[in-house]
Amino acid sequence: MSDNLLLCVDDLRTRFHTPEGIVYAVNGISYALHEGETLAVVGESGCGKSVSMMSILGLIPIPPGEIASGTAMYRGRDLLKLSEPEMETVRGKEIAMVFQDPMTSLNPVLTIGKQITESLQKHIGMDKTDASDRAVELLDLVGISDARRRLGDYPHQFSGGMRQRVMIAMQLACNPTVLIADEPTTALDVTIQAQIMELVIRLREQVGMAMIWITHNLGVVAGLAERVIVMYAGLIVEEAPVDDLFEDPCHPYTAALLAALPRVDRRRDRRLKSIAGAPPSLLIEPVGCPFAPRCEFAVEQCQEALPVLEPIGPRHKIACWVDVETGGRR
Amino acid sequence: MSQDPVLVQVTGLVKHFPITRGILIQHRVGAVQAVDDISFAIPHGETLGLVGESGCGKTTAGRVVLGLYPATAGSISIDGHNVRTAKGAELMSIRRKAQMIFQDPYASLNPRWTVSAIVGEPLRVHKLYKTQVERTERVKDLMGLVGLSSRLVNRFPHEFSGGQRQRIGIARALASDPLFIVCDEPISALDVSIQAQVVNLLEDLQERLGLTYLFIAHDLSMVRHICNRVAVMYLGVIVELAERNELYETPQHPYTRSLLSSVPVPDPKSARLRKRQVLEGDVPSPINPPGGCRFHTRCPVAVERCSLERPVWRDLGGEHWVACHLA
Repeated sequence: MSDNLLLCVDDLRTRFHTPEGIVYAVNGISYALHEGETLAVVGESGCGKSVSMMSILGLIPIPPGEIASGTAMYRGRDLLKLSEPEMETVRGKEIAMVFQDPMTSLNPVLTIGKQITESLQKHIGMDKTDASDRAVELLDLVGISDARRRLGDYPHQFSGGMRQRVMIAMQLACNPTVLIADEPTTALDVTIQAQIMELVIRLREQVGMAMIWITHNLGVVAGLAERVIVMYAGLIVEEAPVDDLFEDPCHPYTAALLAALPRVDRRRDRRLKSIAGAPPSLLIEPVGCPFAPRCEFAVEQCQEALPVLEPIGPRHKIACWVDVETGGRR
Repeated sequence: MSQDPVLVQVTGLVKHFPITRGILIQHRVGAVQAVDDISFAIPHGETLGLVGESGCGKTTAGRVVLGLYPATAGSISIDGHNVRTAKGAELMSIRRKAQMIFQDPYASLNPRWTVSAIVGEPLRVHKLYKTQVERTERVKDLMGLVGLSSRLVNRFPHEFSGGQRQRIGIARALASDPLFIVCDEPISALDVSIQAQVVNLLEDLQERLGLTYLFIAHDLSMVRHICNRVAVMYLGVIVELAERNELYETPQHPYTRSLLSSVPVPDPKSARLRKRQVLEGDVPSPINPPGGCRFHTRCPVAVERCSLERPVWRDLGGEHWVACHLA
């Protein structure tokens, strides 16, 4: 697996200095992405999943943000050490990012043709006619009919699902090797979400890019990902191939999250298992396991020391002091 | 039971919002047909789910049922009272018996009021206490009922998390001892781990207080879990209504079928086996909805009749209602 390693993030820590104090958003996460692989990053709001991705693309405003430590090796270069002009040759060209809200991430006063051709002209140096030919091709690819005429349209003339298609087309413009998608279907209705998922699965086969898909929806993860990272309070608590994660969730948080979900395809057989309490404040740097106050298996050690992400199976890792099956220490 | 088993009866409900032009002399140029001829009944103690995508009219339907928007046509009765004609004391009594829980726990609580003032407002409006002490006691009881510490009554909404705020909204809805609560997307603004807490709370309260819910949501998995019967809306009309397992296992309307198949399942093995029926295109505008069956422009099985004739709302047997020529 190591020969086709594309991106390798090690001990990334991101903080924000705010009037209320330091917000510990990402607290030392390490993961790898391989060529052509789809990795899902799941977690609830404020778990650091978006911040960790924005950090490696240099999208965190500094200050108030601060990358306190870490490396992000991409093709022999550390993304965290690139200057802004160097980063501009990577971001949008080799690593592209699609954001959650298609309504606000498109410029409302520019035609979508202008917005798509901009990156083609800037990154690849295409001339105007070539760029607009390529834009038509891209809109066709993402399933927008009558593409040439629609190049002159403004974002408000598209529906939410169509705007997200335009966003994806823009990001595919320079044939990126990695596409990072930050909750791209969360603002959309479920039938439109299904359309976008079909589109992404088709594009993945056609274009062959690697993907990082950030989401809080475990259903979307199951339908799309090959490998999954579960985050809680700025830390990775579990990492596993998708089948293993859903069949045998080993971290108490992952297991509790899955037990809290009702199923559309099954009859109701019990009350939902809820997780008591709420996620911890990010204003305090975690000393022990951040999930310990809500965890039914927690022992004394969980409050005192931060568990490290350790392998428990061939490609399965968890960060937990307790063996959930026996209730004893691991 | 000697009382009427049906608590809420809605028949032929229509709500159109007029679109006007002109500043001094306004004239009507059209209407947003948000809800167009829907009918349903909710028996005592039952939860009816109302599902559909954004803009289908489910929230409008919930508000019209409570009389928050005046209906354009049709009849609404809650506990024997006619919501459309009620005035004065009768209207106050309906307001007391029928309450609402809102979607956004950040926007639906006044940020300048303490929790005590928020939860106590229905008590004040309906004059449900004699002394200040009685009012304070009642507020504390309500806080306990929704699982919040009564020591928190003098705090402001911004001091609470999203899940706790939704509990405050629920306590406020319960203050006037209602029979019927419209829950308008009560969990969609919350994180997964908090959603289960709120859903379990709503179920416990229903059991303890004998409440009847109209549960408006777009999360089809949660609706199957919490509702006894489910109604599916599309572009202002209910296309199908049935007992939950009947609806989810044998959906009869093509829209229900594609909606259900679009829901992602948190299980990779069945996700790979499931066949999605992806709908083409977007929902048409409710200002100028398609004639005949409103779904015919996106329906994978539509025939000519569907574009000409509006399908009749009929019972297929066993209280499985559907509006489709082909079902």
